[in-house]
Amino acid sequence: MTSLTRRYPFSASHRLHSERLGPEENRRVFGQCNNPYGHGHNYFLEVTAAGEIDAPTGLLAPVSRLDAHVRQAVLTRLDHADLNRLPEFAERVPTTENLGLQIGQWLDQDWKQVGRVRLARLRLEETGSNAVEIEFHGS
Amino acid sequence: MAGSTRTSITRRADFSASHQCAHPERSEEENRALYGPATRVHGHNYRLEVTVSGEVDPVLGMVLDLKELKAILEREVVGPFDHRFLNYEVPPFDRVIPTAENIAREIWRRLAPPLNQDGRRLERVRLYETPDLWVDYAE
Repeated sequence: MTSLTRRYPFSASHRLHSERLGPEENRRVFGQCNNPYGHGHNYFLEVTAAGEIDAPTGLLAPVSRLDAHVRQAVLTRLDHADLNRLPEFAERVPTTENLGLQIGQWLDQDWKQVGRVRLARLRLEETGSNAVEIEFHGS
Repeated sequence: MAGSTRTSITRRADFSASHQCAHPERSEEENRALYGPATRVHGHNYRLEVTVSGEVDPVLGMVLDLKELKAILEREVVGPFDHRFLNYEVPPFDRVIPTAENIAREIWRRLAPPLNQDGRRLERVRLYETPDLWVDYAE
């Protein structure tokens, strides 16, 4: 098995707050991330494509195609955005976990334009000290 | 811990090399679509991470002596690849396009015979072309 991983930066702001919890509970669960005015991070997204090396080209997939897909599907939506204003997070808390799962859904749509590789994994770093990993199985 | 437990160790090695990714029978445009700026001669500080698994020797407390692993990486990869123009000086890249995928596979081919011995197994070759782009290879 061969895989290729690419790492992309983006910067975004968010506030962790759930309408289903009261003010006290929100502060208790989300701590300083519940600050009413929000805050931001320099995120890093790692996207892993896996498959077989195409013998004539020596490539799993052209990096430019992966870059174009990630840019169009993810980075244009998230870079310098306020995550809480995105429709996907109208009713969901933009934690790193939920953001990672949402990025997985965006990447999955039209993924085939990357080439004959599958989306194998993503890793989302919120800061240098915390990250979420999601593995994709099947097709 | 009773019985034997398979354990893996990873060693890192760096080499700097130049390369060019272009297929001689393809047009300039086709090559650019596949390889982007890599169609020009250029170089990288490659970083290699090699993972070997095995049983921990009960007396030595090691899967494999890191000095020995370092010497194998030096002999098989760093010595032949460091400060070389891969396309001209390091076979098989006179006929195989030195994409990160193909370089990782060639490193696997060189390392598997000396490392797959005495119950040990080469688990993974990870090759960073840049800090933002890497390939994992395993057979």
